[in-house]
Amino acid sequence: MPKLTKDEVHPKIIEALLGTDSDISVDDALENEMVLNMGPQHPATHGVLRVLLRLDGETVVASIPELGYLHRGYEKMAENMSYYEFIPHTDRLDYLSPMANNVAWVLAVEKLAGIEAPPRAQYIRMMIAELARIASHLVAIGSLAMDVGALTVFLWTLREREKILDIWDILCGARFTNSYTRIGGVANDAQPEALAKAKWFIDQFDENLDECERLINTNRIFIERLEGAGVISGNDAIEMGMTGPSLRGSGVAYDLRRNSPYLCYNDMDFNVVTYSEGDSLARYFVRADEARESAKIVRQVLDKMPQGEVLLNQPKKVLPHKTEIYTKMEELIYDFMIVNFGINPPEGDIYHAIEGSKGELGFYLVSKGEGHPWRCKIRSPSMVNLQSLPHLIKGRMVSDVVAIIGSIDPIMGEADK
Amino acid sequence: MNLKELVPQKLQEKFPKLSFEFVDYRGDLSVKLEKEHIVEVCRFLKEEPELEFRLCVDVTAIDWAKRKNRFTVVYHMFSLKHNFRLRLKADVDESECSIDSVTSVWKTADWHERETYDMFGITFNNHPDLRRMYMPEEFEYYPLRKDFPLMGIPGSLPLPKKD
Amino acid sequence: MGLEAKLKEEGFITSTIDAVIAWSRESSVWPMPMGISCCAIEMMASGDPKYDIARFGSEVMRFTPRQCDLMIVAGTVTYKMAHVVKKIYDQMPDPKWVIAMGACTSSGGMYRSYNVVQGIDQFLPVDIYLAGCPPRPDNLLNALIQIQDKIGRTKARDFQDKKLPELTVVPNN
Repeated sequence: MPKLTKDEVHPKIIEALLGTDSDISVDDALENEMVLNMGPQHPATHGVLRVLLRLDGETVVASIPELGYLHRGYEKMAENMSYYEFIPHTDRLDYLSPMANNVAWVLAVEKLAGIEAPPRAQYIRMMIAELARIASHLVAIGSLAMDVGALTVFLWTLREREKILDIWDILCGARFTNSYTRIGGVANDAQPEALAKAKWFIDQFDENLDECERLINTNRIFIERLEGAGVISGNDAIEMGMTGPSLRGSGVAYDLRRNSPYLCYNDMDFNVVTYSEGDSLARYFVRADEARESAKIVRQVLDKMPQGEVLLNQPKKVLPHKTEIYTKMEELIYDFMIVNFGINPPEGDIYHAIEGSKGELGFYLVSKGEGHPWRCKIRSPSMVNLQSLPHLIKGRMVSDVVAIIGSIDPIMGEADK
Repeated sequence: MNLKELVPQKLQEKFPKLSFEFVDYRGDLSVKLEKEHIVEVCRFLKEEPELEFRLCVDVTAIDWAKRKNRFTVVYHMFSLKHNFRLRLKADVDESECSIDSVTSVWKTADWHERETYDMFGITFNNHPDLRRMYMPEEFEYYPLRKDFPLMGIPGSLPLPKKD
Repeated sequence: MGLEAKLKEEGFITSTIDAVIAWSRESSVWPMPMGISCCAIEMMASGDPKYDIARFGSEVMRFTPRQCDLMIVAGTVTYKMAHVVKKIYDQMPDPKWVIAMGACTSSGGMYRSYNVVQGIDQFLPVDIYLAGCPPRPDNLLNALIQIQDKIGRTKARDFQDKKLPELTVVPNN
């Protein structure tokens, strides 16, 4: 049994922690301050995030987040597999809204290859992306409430989320980590059963969300814990690169669905929710209101859904349908070529981003004309949002750290890639 | 689009001595320049009142695996005023594997540059805190270089013992 | 079922101490959720009202290892995280069991890369491997039932002569 030693913290990290912004200069660094390790395994750090806190009593003087406990090597793996093979991997990036990541990747590859999905596929993609956003925000609200102490809200929002997972189950067979989209469309058509269930869900969603919110919105403990915690101004947030609900909670109306529209968001009628205070309570309200706006979008999508096919008919770039591969010669040849050699987009590089539930999720793809990308960079919103964590918790108490991390809502699968 | 002509025009006005390469591919505008002038160009792009590229979206690198100019450092930035995205590229040679850091222009470039250092080994001069981002500090290699195998080098990362 | 009838008849039950201890251990397995990534969400989902894990006695998901006897490792374990998982496993008191949830913990899963441990049985003794990416909550409940069966078959003397590990504590600084 190896001997128990004190936690091995690399000297460089300690140097960075003790060197930041100390207006208290100490010879023996631990004389009146304490270094607390909020470790990778913690009930409230939303995954494997390690935060080293330098405390003076209960007040946080400085902090260093340490990532890398879930670094799975996505970018290196993407260089070794074709564009199609990477679709299941994108599911596991932001694993609370897996459909949205699929949509992001497929849109990026389609931009690189220069093709566009048919209208029905675009509407279906919009619907599933918005349902994914609702699912992610439900868990974010639930776990923020749970971190602050209200346990019931967590169970109620998870119950709502189970209904969305049921819809996905009928749609594509998997309730979670679906890999439903394909380059050139979606895998299979949306069954009328799935659409009917989506309609039923949206109709009862607003009241159920109201019910969950009624427990905490006017609750004195909840408001006092979150109000004024982790304030960041709009300019600082842009400077630190924050995007998503965290940025909109500071008053900046930056939403990629309006600023650089993709899919058919131009035809949809929805508001970009902003609150100007910039504290954790504002970020929570942004998420709750955004879930309602997404429900509005889904309702419009369900009303306006066009008929048609869901997979583009371009054999050199898009995998044809299974029924055709088994019966026709040309499709068989194309299937063989695409699966073995890849879709071979022309040489060049593109960047495409969508508004994920945490912020701007972008893919930077460099192609050298081969079937697999030469370089794939994933611009993950959670990692950039976490960068502002030391700025947000400076001067607050230890118990606020939990609430602030919950309001930023990082997902480590995305932050660590 | 308006900004697609405005940006090259302004850059060439302000920096007449530098050579830029402008590429417009699938709707994205990218600018290639020399690595020595990256900080001044970025500062100009951020502070010029007509352009205002205040949001730095991404800083990353590409490994071309060739002898000359092995790496290219890529910067993405977004202008909230005009809803326009721009890409900057600068070549870095393997023998002199360093480039100036733009953390003085955008604070968000801090972690992006740390990640690029971790994955490629490109050092950023004047970076406030250049440590590894994802791999443990004792790791000796740079994973995203093309000569690093996908399965890793056995023994480079220690595993706890089973008892 | 038969218990209350027997009690009414005779007023006492005869059994072995082993059986009673095993029954009490299996009916209230307190899991330690080592939730790392996507499988952790399915583990959370197995605690929600639809797939209630509380009816199996495992509602108490305490995040401190000192009070748990089952560690559910849910999510991809990287080399950096492996030391943390082992440390937490060492802190759990005996008797303890491990469920390797998902494909990533069983064998590295879909991540054949430089930073992912290809299977946690390289450093932890695993009792049940769950397949799935991620396994459905029903799957996790099935694994829990199997662990309960396994615990039900243990005898108290299995854990009697276990050697206590040697600990040498190094003073701080």
